[in-house]
Amino acid sequence: MPSALINVPTKAKRGDIIEIKTLMSHIMETGFRHTATGEVIPRDIITSFACRYNGEEVFRVDLFPAIAANPFITFFTTATASGKFEFEWIGDNGFSETASASISVE
Amino acid sequence: MKLAGVIVLSGLLMADALSAEIPTAERRSGYSFMTPDTKAMQDDDTTNPGMLWVLDGEKLWARKAGTADKACADCHQDARTSMKGVAARYPAFDKTLGRPVDLEQRINLCRVNHQQAAPLAYESRDLLALTAFVAQQSRGAAIDGGSDPQLAPFIARGRELFMQRQGQLNLGCTNCHDDNWDKRLAGSAITQAHPTGYPLYRLEWQSLGSLQRRLRACITGIRAQAYDFGSPELVELELYLMSRARGMPLEAPAIRP
Repeated sequence: MPSALINVPTKAKRGDIIEIKTLMSHIMETGFRHTATGEVIPRDIITSFACRYNGEEVFRVDLFPAIAANPFITFFTTATASGKFEFEWIGDNGFSETASASISVE
Repeated sequence: MKLAGVIVLSGLLMADALSAEIPTAERRSGYSFMTPDTKAMQDDDTTNPGMLWVLDGEKLWARKAGTADKACADCHQDARTSMKGVAARYPAFDKTLGRPVDLEQRINLCRVNHQQAAPLAYESRDLLALTAFVAQQSRGAAIDGGSDPQLAPFIARGRELFMQRQGQLNLGCTNCHDDNWDKRLAGSAITQAHPTGYPLYRLEWQSLGSLQRRLRACITGIRAQAYDFGSPELVELELYLMSRARGMPLEAPAIRP
């Protein structure tokens, strides 16, 4: 299972705008490169990333070739309630990874 | 009078021999040449992609391998204590081989001799991950490369290679990294070639890579024939660079542009 790095503040005040940082291990092969013998290296990228906050989707992004390896995705959201952030990466060749992080909101 | 003359002359010769080298106080890690953005990326373990390899290495450390069915952890226990400061001392002298081995080679020797497993390929994900995990335990430790007196002849050979002009461009490492480190080459900082952060994540590579990969890229850049991975010449060069950076703190896994 590939490694992922998640940075979510463990605590926040209700209404605070918080930054969430995610880093997923992936080669992001564009599909435009060739081997020394001229064969195309097949595309192998992450195609979508989504974040759910207590079940509700708060962020989604589609990814395309030309995004660097090990995509680093960072975004902001408003801390509304204590609970769980769930992250999901989906990609070529059946790539599907999840991660989660908890936050306590006062 | 005559004796004084000899002393002055030898002093001059020594000064001449050392003139190209960077004074200790002026040594700078490649980190200090980077933009604030790239520095911030390295400083935060949740934005540093090198940490992805460290996480993989941590898993591998505990995974049993080979016919001996042993994991690194079975002999070395917790890497946080057993591997602390180890990477700062490599390449180190191996008594059986009678020559220095670098950290990657040490890991593979351990795999072959103690785990009875096949050695990992250079620059393979697993070897880089284990090396990164071991090296990370020495973060902040002062580099202590080449302090073993048995290494002296190998350091001398590494230094010779560093000074040697070669390739179609007829350049030695020293011509850029001692003489012109404060200038730029095609927009990029030249830097002083202190191996403070290996294995490190190069944005250009979009991957972690070893010091040998970096050295081979530089040798190809001066249009010389690069030595093979694991060749004694590259290890000697690594050793000289580590002895040249002695006392500087280790940053592995670092980020470089």
